[in-house]
Parts: sequence; C-alpha cells; structure tokens
Amino acid sequence: MDAFLLQILNGLDKGSAYALIALGLTLIFGTLGVVNFAHGALFMIGAFCAVTLNAILGLSHQVTDPERTDFLGNPLQVDVPYVYDIFGESAGAWILDWSVPLAILLAIPVMLVIGIVMERGLIRHFYKRPHADQILVTFGLAIVLQEIIKAFYGANPIPTPAPDALRGSVDFGAWLGLQAGSVIYPVWRLVYFFFAGIIIAGVFAFLQFTTFGMVVRAGMADRETVGLLGIDIDRRFTLMFGLAAIVAGLAGVMYTPILSPNYHMGMDFLVLSFVVVVVGGMGSLPGAVAAGFLLGILQSFASMNAVKSLLPGIDQIIIYLVAIVILLTRPRGLLGRKGVMEE
Amino acid sequence: MLGLHGRDLTLFLVVTALVVFAPVILNPFPIGSSLAQFNAGYPDLMQRFVIYGIFAIGFNILFGLTGYLSFGHAAFLGLGSYAAVWMFKLLSMNVIPALILSTVVAGLFALVIGFISLRRSGIYFSILTLAFAQMMYALAYSVLTPITNGETGLQLALDDPRILDGGERPTSLPVTDLFGLEMRETTVLHMGSWEFTIGAGYYFAGILMLIAFYLSIRIFRSPFGMMLRAVKSNQNRMNYTGLNTRPYTLAAFVISGMYAGLAGGLLAAMDPLAGAERMQWTASGEVVLMTILGGAGTLLGPVLGAGLIKYFENIFSKINDGVLHAWFGAVPDGMEDVLVTVFHPFVGKGWHLTLGLMFMAVVIFLPGGLVEGGTRIGRLFRRRGRNAGGAEAEAAAKHPAE
Repeated sequence: MDAFLLQILNGLDKGSAYALIALGLTLIFGTLGVVNFAHGALFMIGAFCAVTLNAILGLSHQVTDPERTDFLGNPLQVDVPYVYDIFGESAGAWILDWSVPLAILLAIPVMLVIGIVMERGLIRHFYKRPHADQILVTFGLAIVLQEIIKAFYGANPIPTPAPDALRGSVDFGAWLGLQAGSVIYPVWRLVYFFFAGIIIAGVFAFLQFTTFGMVVRAGMADRETVGLLGIDIDRRFTLMFGLAAIVAGLAGVMYTPILSPNYHMGMDFLVLSFVVVVVGGMGSLPGAVAAGFLLGILQSFASMNAVKSLLPGIDQIIIYLVAIVILLTRPRGLLGRKGVMEE
Repeated sequence: MLGLHGRDLTLFLVVTALVVFAPVILNPFPIGSSLAQFNAGYPDLMQRFVIYGIFAIGFNILFGLTGYLSFGHAAFLGLGSYAAVWMFKLLSMNVIPALILSTVVAGLFALVIGFISLRRSGIYFSILTLAFAQMMYALAYSVLTPITNGETGLQLALDDPRILDGGERPTSLPVTDLFGLEMRETTVLHMGSWEFTIGAGYYFAGILMLIAFYLSIRIFRSPFGMMLRAVKSNQNRMNYTGLNTRPYTLAAFVISGMYAGLAGGLLAAMDPLAGAERMQWTASGEVVLMTILGGAGTLLGPVLGAGLIKYFENIFSKINDGVLHAWFGAVPDGMEDVLVTVFHPFVGKGWHLTLGLMFMAVVIFLPGGLVEGGTRIGRLFRRRGRNAGGAEAEAAAKHPAE
C-alpha cells in the first residue's frame, strides 16, 4: 500500500507537467487546427522567465560593512542586492527567496505576448497548409527559440531553487495515518501538483463558464458558422493561442526547482507530450489532462524495481508502448471525438 | 544511356562529376590563406557529405514521394551502424559483408515498423515512427547493453574473433578495408599552394552514393514511383479505385529504411564505432531538415541539403569572434565591434540558429527547397533573356527539373 501510494505520488509531478503541456497543445490543435512542435520551447521559455527574474533580483552592488572585517583586518565588502535597498532587508530577502513563484507574474505577460506574436506572425499563415508543413515550420521555430536561449544563457543547466519554506520533504504517510516515515515526499512536488490542478481547473472554468469560453467552444465545434454569426473568431483564437502559451510557460516556471532549466528541456518534454496528446485523443482537453497524469503514473510504476526485474527496460519504453497500442487499436485516443484526425 | 533520358542523364552526370572532383572543388582556397578554413575537401567531411546524402536520398523516397513524414528514420541509421560493427567484430574487417548486413537488418526492421506504422497516416504516422525510434534508442541505451555496449558505444576490441581474417590476434586495432584497400588510406596531391587529399574511403562511399542516387532516379521515373506520387496527391481516391496502396507505401518505407541502414553501415565502415545517440530523435530531425532544406520530392534536393547541413556543422561552426574581427578589420573600430556583436550569435557555436532560421525561411517561402529556389532564379534570368516570346519559356519553366 505504501509503495503503491509512493509510486502514484512520484508519477504526479511529471504527470502534471505532461498534462499542462498537453493541455496547451490540445487547445491550439482544437481551436486553430495547428500541430505546434514549438510548444515545448514555450515551456522552456517559461522556465527561463524564472531564471531571468532570479538573475534580475540577484543584481547587487558592493557596500563596505564597517562592523565586519575580513581576515586581513580590512573592512568587509559585502554584496547587497538592489531589492534590499528598495524594499528593506527583510522584505527584500523574502522576495529573493520566493523568486520562482513570483516569476509567474513575469511569465504571464511575457508568454501572452510571445504567444500572440507567434500566432499573428507565423502560425496564421499556415492554417491552410498541410499538417506536415505546420510540423516543419514549428519544428524550425523551436530550434530557433532554443538557440536564442542558448546564446543568452549558455548550454549548462541553471539551478533555480524553490523558496526555503517549500524545500525539504513532508512525511506524507503520517498525514494519512500510515506508518510514519513510510511515504516521504518533497514539498515542492506537492506544490507543483496543486498548482497544475488549479491551472487546469482555471482553464476548464474559463472555457465552460465565461461567454468568451462559450464562443471559443462554439468555434472549436464549427468555426465557419460562428464566423457567419458576426463574431470575430480569429481574434479569440489568437487569444487562445496566447492562453496556451501562458499555460505552457507557467508549467515551465514552476518546474524549475524540480529540473534545472537548460535550453533543450522543451524538446525533451515535447516528444512525450505529443504522445500524451495522441493517447488522450487529438482535440480532447479532458483526454489530454487524463492521459498526462495516467502516463506519468504509469511511468512511475514501470520504474519500480519489482516491475523492472520482471520486464527489464520497461520503464524506458512504457509510454511509447502505450502510445503504439492506443494508436493501433483506438486511433481517436482515450477520450477523443469520433472522426477527429482519424484516418 | 543507363536507361536515363535527357535531363535525368545530365543531372546524373553532373552529380557524378561533382562526386569525382569533390576533393578539388571543395578545396578552392590555397593552404595558409585566411580563407583556408572554409575548405571542406578533407576526406572525413566529404565522407559525411556522401553518407548523409545516401541517408537523405532514402528519406526522400519515402517523404518526397508518398508524403509520409517519418520522425524516426535515425533508428535505421543506428541499426545499420550496430550491424556493421558487429560484422567487423565477428566476421571480417572487410566492409562488404558489414554493409550487406546493415542494409538487410535495417530493411527487416523497416518491414516490421513500417507494417505497423503505415496503418495510420498524417501526424499519427509521424508519432508512431517517433515512438518506435525512441523505444529503440532507450533500449539500446539501457537493457540491450550486452549488444550495444550502452553509453560507451559499440567498439572494436583486440580479442574479437574475426573468423575470416585468420586466427592470429592483432597487436593493434585493425582498420576497415575493401579487399585489402584500407578505408583510411589517403594520397595527398600538391599543386602549387593547393593541396588535395584523395581518400579511398571517400571514393568508396561516393560510388555507393552514386549507385543510390541512380536507383532513386529510376524509382522516381518508374510506374512504382508514379504510384507513390499518386498516394501523396490523394490516397483516398486510390483506395476508391480499388487499389490497395499499402504494399506500395510499405515498399517505399522499406527501401528508405535500407538506404538509412546502408548509410549507418558506411558511417561505421569509416569509423568503426556505433553509439545509441545516432538513433535519437534529433538525428531523425536532422534528416528531415536536410531533405526539406534541399527540396523534398526533388532528386537533387536531399543531396544538396545533406551537404549544406554537414558543411554548416563542420565549417561554419568554426567561425569565432577572432575570425569575425579579421573580416571586419577594414571598418572603423566602433562599427567593427557592433558588427561582430551582431554576427556573433549566428556563427560558431550558434550555427544551429542560422540553420533554424534558414529552415523556417525555406518552409515558409520556398516549400520546394533550395532546388525550387534555383529553378526560380533560373526562370527569372530566362525571362529577362528573352523579353518577347515568353510563352514557350513559361511552359518550359512549369516543369522544373527534378
């Protein structure tokens, strides 16, 4: 039971990331009908928003501290971040410590702008072109974005720590009345899971309960008719692209304490997220989310020692195996609508 | 001649001439000159040109003709390399059995993977091939270590059996050969301040590329090739006329898999080493880039694209700030720094950025790739050339060389 629970928990953080990226991919595919290979790059840019904010907040100037001396007896030069000067020492330290969650505030406008520019500047011209062309041009875009980030931040991963209070682990088992110490789980991964849940719930609520969302859903079902009703559906779809970019970006921001951002992290996640989208069903939002968590947890179970000794290497290939089986037996995916991309 | 007609024959002869004279053509700058670093005429790089040329030609038979976009073709490249190295270890250092085995093994795997993947089309096909390739990559890295030697990669060892090469144990690692002709053998020709290196391995790979190129021309012009094009333009219509398209697409998949296997085997023949990273999806992406950049569905395009990307990877990537400063030395100092800063991200280690931008530009503006670009420029000049009776030229230009 403990081991079982631990594997589920272990699968959650990766599953959350898959689900968030797959959600954005599906939003774009469902609204615009575009297969976006640059979506992983958006995830990566989000992560680098956190890195950037961390670097900006860390900017400091040297001040001579009269009370302390270095080992030669001279007055000690200490680095004082500018945030300390602006907000005072305690508030400044808090802001520096919480830079990753605060990066959300930076990432939202940045990702929105990037998403809208991408859609208006590039993707718009590819609606009428075949899917292969869309894959190719976004693949090229992903390379370009990745290389730009590499040019600015270098090729090495940049560690970006979580706030002090959320570092450490919790004894998850004790909460549920199991034996103390049986299920230890890092706090930040729990945070990530709840964060993903909130974002997913937010996106669904937005689509379900707002007029804007209603129009978008109508547009997903029948774009032409909505256009004929005098609604500027293109502008709304552009905003949806921006929203998908925000979702990917936020997934990236919050993932930085789990995985130090590097320039190719987006591509690594993209390949798996595509598999997730296909398993969930092209164009199905609940399918994407469900498949994301499902595959994350499945992967975690496959990497249990008991399973690995029975089927060596299964942890490496389980996701692809599932995808192949699903594609061959039920090409519309778990929750996909009949007839969507089903050829 | 050779069953080729008109334009195809010209094209084939031009490519043959290019391959034969490549060591000279690619070394236009005398040694010691400041531009000598742009010389690409050394065997190691030229081998890569032709080997990746084979890979891209094969990929083009699948993607260019049928429109099926495979994102897992590097798996066959890696398989070919592994098969060839195993042949070198077990049988003989002669490259012939190694190449035969690598082609056959890749063909068999392509048969199985193609049989399954071709049940779907469009993006599903891309993802299926991607999934298979990633699975093979992951397995080669982990569980199959006894066969693939995991992260280190499969290498030759002194105590390999090598049954056909006689029983005695060599004191140093043996080198690959073709009936005694060592693949790494080179002759250097000195002509004034120029220096041309003629490599045995390069010419061997070059001849194989010419054969591969010739076969691809024949396939493009055959009824089989016509059928594949019909699949690309409208598969449903083909099915409705009562024709089963699956055998045709499967045949194309297997042929292109065998091309990839041959290329992988050749890579191992030039340098007997096989690693799993050759199967990774980034390698599959590379052949897609090559084919599209050069021009998918054209005969010459994939070869051009392969050459261009490998040239970028090896030569363009060497341009560093020092070289840039030397180039812009003539302009005033302030301007020089600005120019160097502007160009810096695009050259040297940033060559991928230039590649990505070029690739995007090609997909957006020139869906026919560089070959279409060439045709368009050619058309422009022809139109200027004869202002008056343009109708004929127009009609001729509508059928660009493939």
